[in-house]
Order: sequence, then structure tokens, then C-alpha cells
Amino acid sequence: MEKRVTFSRWTIGILFAVPQLLLIFTFFYWPAGQAVYWSLTLQQPWGGGNIWVGLDNFRSILSNADYWNSITASLIFAGISTGLAMFIALVLAALTDRQLAGSRLYRVVLIWPYGIAAPALALAFRFILAPEAGFMAVVNQVWPGSWDPGLDGTDAMASIIIAFSWKYVGYNFIFFLAAFQAIPRSLIEAAAMDGSGVVRRFWDIQFPLITPTIFFLLVINITESFQDSFGIVDIMTSGGPANATNLMVYKIYSDGFRGLDYSGAAAQSIILMLLIIVLTIFQFRFIERRVHYR
Amino acid sequence: MASITIRGVKKNYAKTQVVHGVDLDFASGEFVVILGPSGCGKSTLLRMIAGLEDISDGTIAIDDTVVNKLEPRERGCAMVFQNYALYPHMSVAQNIGYSLKVSGVPSAERSQRIQAVARTLELEQLLDRKPMALSGGQRQRVAMGRAMIREPKVFLFDEPLSNLDAKLRVQMRSEIRKLHRRLNATSVFVTHDQVEAMTLADRLVVMNGGRVEQVGTPGEIYSRPASRFVATFVGAPAMNILEGTVELDGLSLLGGSRRLAMARAGLPVGTKVAMGIRPEAVRLVAPGTPGALSAAVDLVEELGAGRVIYVDLDGAPFSVMTSEAIHPEPGSTVGLKISPEDMHFFSSETGSRLDVFKASVSEPAL
Repeated sequence: MEKRVTFSRWTIGILFAVPQLLLIFTFFYWPAGQAVYWSLTLQQPWGGGNIWVGLDNFRSILSNADYWNSITASLIFAGISTGLAMFIALVLAALTDRQLAGSRLYRVVLIWPYGIAAPALALAFRFILAPEAGFMAVVNQVWPGSWDPGLDGTDAMASIIIAFSWKYVGYNFIFFLAAFQAIPRSLIEAAAMDGSGVVRRFWDIQFPLITPTIFFLLVINITESFQDSFGIVDIMTSGGPANATNLMVYKIYSDGFRGLDYSGAAAQSIILMLLIIVLTIFQFRFIERRVHYR
Repeated sequence: MASITIRGVKKNYAKTQVVHGVDLDFASGEFVVILGPSGCGKSTLLRMIAGLEDISDGTIAIDDTVVNKLEPRERGCAMVFQNYALYPHMSVAQNIGYSLKVSGVPSAERSQRIQAVARTLELEQLLDRKPMALSGGQRQRVAMGRAMIREPKVFLFDEPLSNLDAKLRVQMRSEIRKLHRRLNATSVFVTHDQVEAMTLADRLVVMNGGRVEQVGTPGEIYSRPASRFVATFVGAPAMNILEGTVELDGLSLLGGSRRLAMARAGLPVGTKVAMGIRPEAVRLVAPGTPGALSAAVDLVEELGAGRVIYVDLDGAPFSVMTSEAIHPEPGSTVGLKISPEDMHFFSSETGSRLDVFKASVSEPAL
């Protein structure tokens, strides 16, 4: 029998819950509620009250081609960077799991990128991927003009995807490696005795058994790629060139604090929130079915 | 069916050697049990046969083919693991049929063979279940089925019954035995449980500290243990050992308090020897019977069919097993009678059996 502490009076229970409830209310429900309210009003840029405008903010955003361009860019960014970060981490973890020599070192070294603040790593990648100096300058010397994130939208998008994936490879790797190591050795050996080779064993035994981890990381990576990309975009491209990397989270900032369109920015943040909620629900409804829980 | 030939096999992990040169021959269709305490290298030896461990030195051949460098799947062995190692995400049918799926057997034939195996093991009702929804005994049978379906040349069992409760273990033991009689595949079974070993084996290999101590039928191992280790490891309760020293006309035991009259058989005076007597070979007699040892009873363990009587023999612990209706009280004195043919002698130095010595016992009792 599990031991449980029980309180005869419900007030004690409430008292214990109050600090956490206060925190959640102050830092989540209140700002979110404010954002909903602002999104339904027109906020004066210099202060001095606001006017109720209903859904006008949403109408004007959703009829703006720039905004749809931002949604498309965000989805492309989320899809490719999640795929890249998860695939590379999966391969690294699978290889590390097979040959354990030095894996303790990898584990430590590979978690570091996740600890680096997005602007810091963005600055590093800005130098690494600069067209006039650094690694990509060599490519430009061979094929002049082939790489310039400052002029070419695709190059810019590739740059922020690389930077973001680099950060999340480390994060994903730790989870994947832990998942692989949680699979009993004897299962792999049994499969080997059953005549299954390395690749076959991976797909038949290891992969199905780490699906809970894959699913968890998918949800986290997609969510983070919508939110955690801000610092990288801000330092590396500032949304350019020609809005090619103006992701939703960056557009909220630039429209709100540069364009001083508070109400439009609030409406955009509501849309971003809804998009993430919908994506997460979608993943739980349709992808989780394929997950094998032990 | 296949024979297995093991020649000079060693296993090193980094700097420590865990198997120190093993030579064994398993005949085709034989049921061999490798018995030993934990850490004696028995599982390592089995895993080297399976191909799950590299062989550091020596060769292992299955049917005259040296398999040292072959992958597990190329060796034609099937293995039953201690923790069953069932694939948790596959149904019972998928678990059993996995090896056929890997080798590309068409699904119609596959399900036919799964059905056949399931019938043998009485798993037909459970084919759609996941391993998690099975009891220990059922999981064990699925693991057996997974090994059987490939019709392997060699069956390897790595302590497959140690996770089962006592009753199931006895039941599975006889099922494994029956199965072997039917399939007649060469089987190597590793265990630390001597009852399992004695009951299952055609031939028993006793290992200790990475070396083979003795190879023989269970009867041979029991009646003529090749070393002191085998003598005390096989048999329950364990064989009694009395330390002694060779004298001019006999053997001085228990620090000189008892003497055994016998010819010296060429052993120099002063040689340390150990005398072993199985508890079940000792007869209880009335104290004071001529030629009997007298000893004080310490403790009586009731086993139902008999009892184990622990006595104090001049300060040395000694046990006696009897099935007669004798119930001595702790503290009372009993007489013990031992026949010379039940005495085993081992060198105290090397632990090996001294056969010459035993034959020379001239006086029937102590």
C-alpha cells in the first residue's frame, strides 16, 4: 500500500497549493488574459486608453500577406529544424549506445550546446556562416556568390535552422541515449540470436521501444522551435532578408516594439499560442497512437 | 543436431581472466548442464558458444566448423535467457515468429509454424497477448517457443528457471526434459541450482573459478567427486569434511582426537588430507555401539520425509541425514557409523581426489 498524507480539513490542502497557483496565475494566466484583452482592443502607442475593436485586429492580420508568409516560414523552420535535430541526435545516440567507450564524455560534451543562450550561439554561428570570412567563405571562393544569408532568403533560413538544430541536437541526444540504455541488453542479444543484424535490430527492437521518447521530443522540439527561435533570428538575420526569416515569434516582437502595434502583436501572440496548442493536440491524437509504452 | 568441441577457451575482460582454458566435448543430442557458483564463468562460456561474447583464446567448433568469428545468427544456436528477454512491443505470436520473419519465411508458413509451436507449449490461447500480460511461467514458455521455432542445432539455456517459483520450476524442468527427448537437439544448460543440474543432465560439467572441475554423469559426480570443491558443492546438505594428517599406520583426524587405522598407500607421513562423508551416508546408531563415533546433537532440522541432524564432533560441525524414525533431542548423544566405502579423500593442498588412499582403508570404522 502506498502511504499518503491525508488532511482532514480541505483548507490545509488549499494553503499548500496557493503558492504554486499564485505563480501560475501571475506569470501565465494573467499575462495571457491581458494579451487576449489587448488583442480585442486598439491600444494607443503613446498611452492614453484603448478602444474596443472586437476581432478587427485578427481580421487585419489574417488578411495580410506578410503574416501568412511569416506562418509559412515558421512552419518550414519548425519542420526542418525539428527533423534535423532529432535525426542527428538519434544517429549519434544509436552509435554511442553501441560503443560505450568514452560515452560519458560525449554525454557531458553534447549537453553543453543546450546550456548556451540562444543569442550567444547565434553570434557564433553568424561568424561561422558569414559569407566574407569563416567557414563558408571557402565555399564562396570556389563558387563565388553561392552563399550569402544577408541577400538570399533561403541561405538565411538555412543559417537559423543550422544554429537552432545545433542547440537541440545535444538536448535530444541525452534523451535518446537514456532511452537506448534503458532497453535491456538481453533484448538486443535475443534479437541477435534470432538472426537479426545491426540495422534490422535497430528498426525492429530499439526504435519501437524508444517511441515514447521520440514522441516526447517531437512535442518539445516543435514547441520550442516556435518559441526558442527568437534569439537566434534576432542576432543572425533580424527577420531578413525581405522577411524570409521573419518567424511568428520574431514578428510579434518587431511589430509590437519596433512598429508599436501593440494590439496587432497581442493578436499575433494569441494566434501563435493557438497554433502550438493545435499542433500539440494533433500530435497527441494522431502520433501518440503509434507509441509503444512498456 | 550438432556436436560442440571446445578447445583451450579463455576469456579476458581487460586485465582479468574469467575463464582459464576450458576443454570440453559435447556429443550430438546430448543434454549437458554446466553447474557452478555465481561468477565461475559458466554463463560466459555459454555466451561464447552463442556468439554474444568474443573468445579471447582457443576455439569453439559446432559440428567441426570453428565458429569463433561467426555472428550469432550464423551458428545455428537458439538461446533462452534468464529474464526471458521477450520483445515487449510484440505479441506472443510475433515474439515466437520473429526469427522466421527475419529470415524471410513467407507469412503463411510462418503462422503455421507458430501455431505448431504454440500447440506444443500450450500457448494457443495467448498468441495475441503482449508479454506484459503473461505470468512468469507463460513468459518462460514463450521464450522456449522462440528458441524452438528455428529448429536450431543447439539449444542454449542461461539459467532459464531461476526467476520462477519453486513449483513452476519443477514443472518447467520436466517440460524441458520432455522437450529435449522429443527434439533431441544438443542442449547446454547453465545453472547454479544443483537439483536442476542433477535432474536435467545427461552429463554434468562442474565449474569453479573459471575452470572445469569435473565432467561426468550426475551419478558419477555425486558418487566420485573429483575434487573437494565438487564434493561440497554437489549434494544437500553439503558433504562433511574432516581435516586429517597421515601418520605411520593411519590417519589422525580432528586434531588427533580420532584415528582411522589404514595403510599409508605411499603418502608421506605428515601429509594433510581431508576426509569427506556425505550426511546421507552416515548411519545413526545407539551411543556406545562398538566402532561408532559418539557426538552431541546441536540442532535437528525436520524435512518431513527425513531430518538433518547437526552434531558436534569434538568441536567440528558435522551433519547427518536420516529418513529413519529417529528423533534425537538437542543436547543428547548419538552414535554415528560410517562405512569405509562412503569415505572420500582429498588432498588438502590441491583439493583433488586421492583414490589410491581410499582403497587402502583397512579397518571398517573409526
